Amino acid sequence: MEQEKVTVTVNGLRYERLVEPRRLLCDFIRQDLGLPGTHVGCEHGVCGMCTVLVNGQTARSCLMFAVQADGASITTVEGVGTPSKMHPLQQAFWEKHGLQCGFCTPAMLVTALELLNHNPTPSRDEIREAISSNLCRCTGYQTIVDSVEHAATLMRGGV
Amino acid sequence: MTTQQTGYRWIGQSMKRVEDPRLLTGRGQYVDDIALPNMTYAAALRSPHAHARIRSIDTSKAKAVPGVILVMTGAEAAQQTGPLPCFASPPVTQYCIAVDRVRHVGEAVAAVVAESRYIAEDAADLIEVEYEPLPVVTDPEEAIRSTGDAVLHPERGPNNIALQRTLTFGPVDEDFAKADVVVRRKLRWPRSGAQPMETVGALASYDDATGKFSIYANTSMYNYVGWLMAMSLKVPAHKLNIIPTMAGGSFGSKLFTHKVPILAATLARACGRPVKYVEDRIDNIMNCDNHGSDRIYDLELALKKDGTMLSLRMTVIDDYGAYLQFGVGHHGNALAQLTGPYRIKSAQVSLTAVMTNKGQQGAYRGFGSEVNNFAVERMADAAAEALKMDPVDIRRKNFIQPDQFPYKIPTGNVYDSGNYEAVLDKALGMADYHGWRRKQHEARKEGRYVGIGLVSCQERSVFSATEFWFWNHEPGFALTSSPDSVDIKIDPTGKAFVRLHAPFWGNSPETVATQVLAEQLTIDPVDITVTYADTDSGLPGTGPGGSRYTVMIAGAIAGAAKEIKEKMFKVAAHLLEASESDLELRDGRVSVRGTDRGMSIGEIALQAHYFKLSLPADFRSGLDARYTYDHPYTTLPNADRTDMGVFYPIMGHMCHIPIIEVDIETGQIKFLKYVAVHDAGTVVNPMTLAGHIRGGTVQGIGSALYEHYYYDSSGQLLTANFADYLIPTLMEAPENIEVGHVVTPSPYTEYGIKGGGEGGRMGAPAALASAVEDALKPLGIKIDGLPIRPVLLREMIREAQQRRTEDGAAEDLQGPSDWSGRSSREHLGGPPGNAER
Ligand code: FES
Ligand code: FES
Repeated sequence: MEQEKVTVTVNGLRYERLVEPRRLLCDFIRQDLGLPGTHVGCEHGVCGMCTVLVNGQTARSCLMFAVQADGASITTVEGVGTPSKMHPLQQAFWEKHGLQCGFCTPAMLVTALELLNHNPTPSRDEIREAISSNLCRCTGYQTIVDSVEHAATLMRGGV
Repeated sequence: MTTQQTGYRWIGQSMKRVEDPRLLTGRGQYVDDIALPNMTYAAALRSPHAHARIRSIDTSKAKAVPGVILVMTGAEAAQQTGPLPCFASPPVTQYCIAVDRVRHVGEAVAAVVAESRYIAEDAADLIEVEYEPLPVVTDPEEAIRSTGDAVLHPERGPNNIALQRTLTFGPVDEDFAKADVVVRRKLRWPRSGAQPMETVGALASYDDATGKFSIYANTSMYNYVGWLMAMSLKVPAHKLNIIPTMAGGSFGSKLFTHKVPILAATLARACGRPVKYVEDRIDNIMNCDNHGSDRIYDLELALKKDGTMLSLRMTVIDDYGAYLQFGVGHHGNALAQLTGPYRIKSAQVSLTAVMTNKGQQGAYRGFGSEVNNFAVERMADAAAEALKMDPVDIRRKNFIQPDQFPYKIPTGNVYDSGNYEAVLDKALGMADYHGWRRKQHEARKEGRYVGIGLVSCQERSVFSATEFWFWNHEPGFALTSSPDSVDIKIDPTGKAFVRLHAPFWGNSPETVATQVLAEQLTIDPVDITVTYADTDSGLPGTGPGGSRYTVMIAGAIAGAAKEIKEKMFKVAAHLLEASESDLELRDGRVSVRGTDRGMSIGEIALQAHYFKLSLPADFRSGLDARYTYDHPYTTLPNADRTDMGVFYPIMGHMCHIPIIEVDIETGQIKFLKYVAVHDAGTVVNPMTLAGHIRGGTVQGIGSALYEHYYYDSSGQLLTANFADYLIPTLMEAPENIEVGHVVTPSPYTEYGIKGGGEGGRMGAPAALASAVEDALKPLGIKIDGLPIRPVLLREMIREAQQRRTEDGAAEDLQGPSDWSGRSSREHLGGPPGNAER
């Protein structure tokens, strides 16, 4: 199949790759760029596991082709923080037990990041609204809301 | 959450999980994240028919697609790989790719290996299969009478009955004869499933030179029965190494996911390159081999007028689907707590397990006991109704009392400890039960339908082995062991390495192991690292499931730690010139009691590793131990099965009180409050236990209100994606599940821990049914079946209202005195709507 050139910036690094036009953005990120932190749960746009930020906005990478991201700037969980330099969101999820199996967590983190970027002082209802796009089968969600709320506090310099 | 445990440094702490830093940063290394050089990808072609003979398969077009490496049919696969492991007796033959005949939609009929998953899927579409459709069986009651071509496994007998048996425990007939009242109810528990966010996958490779397979897989029980996969692959067990990966959730459904690894391995051997096969979601819904229970109950509860429960009779039909991997183990499981927390003296279960053209049952959080809880608690409510008693009072009246433990129930299982009234009272207090009863009364006057549900359920924990076979007429492989192991070493610098022999599947095994070892050796958790053994290095490990892992690894770690302490004391006594009996271990040091003379664990470890000649002659170098911990308390069933023995004695308990409001215009249910009080014995980590309770409760809400693997009469699964199979989103979950805890330690386990992993799903479905029925009491609606989907509820409400208009009945806020209402059970079976959120 014909391949097309795609140029993207992911987590601040510029990548240039040839891909088939039908290649999904999630497979491109996971396999071609070697960033497996973004997960795939349904491949039909419902579960939200594959959420990444495309130009700062959440997008389901199972519903996008890699070629559609040409020229875009993408953030995945690998760009949020590292074990030795965790983002306050990651710290908050750790402290508030916002994860169990961890499979939904990368998507929850970037979804929460989008919210906090736009609204540093969200109410619980605003947090609920923001992350209701993503499924989690483990936690029952309550501690995820707690985590995002706590992250907002941490990011404002609170404890 | 309050706990009343003192005297421990790490046990009982809400320690942050040690698994989390990598899971939070995209470094989970789940199965699909693993890549090997030269790796290929597999896709399967799925049967569109629920039941058909495979007449012919033409793979030529698929083989011609550039990038395709291998196309394999079931018949070809069966030349190399035998049937999948099966624990039923007699076994039911199932292959990793169907041979000759498909028995449910989605069953694999061929597989393709290609350079990419895209190419593999393209090629699968080009495979031409000629089917001869066979009669389809989807109705479990009809399955009992199937004949001829409608019989799924003719080699097992002339019908679709997998197993039929009646077990009687105690003087059931006499107790029914003594009864003042017999309450009867028919219940329907629908097929749902775990649906973890990660599907099942495997990455298999085969080394021609050694004749050995390596399989990365998100399976469990690989150190218990993993060798059975080698048998299927027709290699000796030491020619198969299973390497566990972190699982993105299981909830039972990855208990022993044999099919996917065996399929990947079969393909890898045939094509000579590593093959990755990961189910997509539709696959996982249709083919994961782990659908939950699908039961029809006829129940009778015999009582005295004063509410004393005497005896329970159950007639149950369970639709097992097309295969029978775990036999009827789920009904074995339910016998662990058949009569709930109540002093019911006798019981009888008549089981008819049938086979139909649906995906087979496996494990889902509760393994059949959550259904038993639903049945028993619905009956407790029905009895309260019939005797005009308060649902709280009837429970309280029948509870086993704290001084009656250990308590043997009619089935022979023993409950270790409990204080059910304490749990109930705590929940009533937290929920402000009586206050809400008043508020409910006020709300009804305003035409609002508030309901208060209440259940008091058992939460059996730490499964053993006999439940898998004791229902069988011929027990088959009647195993009785279910151990778990650890090996621990202290390295020369004093750091601790723990190796587990079962996987992470969404629980917190590393955290638990860390907390328990820190407690045992009085060391700092940061000085402990935890890893997972593969089968090559594996010791006996049954693994998580049946809420067993925390109890089991605590036992194993305590056992290994004891040996390490003995070694350390031997070294220290020799070097400090003291008697071992004068030594104590405290704060990471072994010292002579009452003095400041001592050695740190690091100092002892260094000596133990490098200074053999300074130590007693019989000292073997190093500081390590391995320990296999058996289930702490099990016995055999008797021959005639009037007593199943002790097989699940570590007994937790819970009281759930959901307070809801039903919008009778839409059938939508809103949570006003949710209280869940559990007793899981001594708590290792209150934070993670609360996580299981909350997460399990929301899963239970899914089972109660939304989730259904719905097959139509032609055997098509109409809910085969996440748009139709409705997992609760945040908007369907209560905003705040208030968790409480009561501690009655187990006398049989290390620290008195009980398991709590199945959490809220053991109680929430029964609690929701109770709450919805309570809310709609004025309309005379009974909740006898799940899921109580809003659209179905709305239909029942409409009918109830119509009935009232026809009867000319006045709005009676107390509800009609005789129950003429229709029940949710009669409404089940309608096609699912997806516009209900
Ligand atoms: S994987 Fe993209 S939404 Fe589920
Ligand atoms: S933590 Fe497992 S799916 Fe959310």
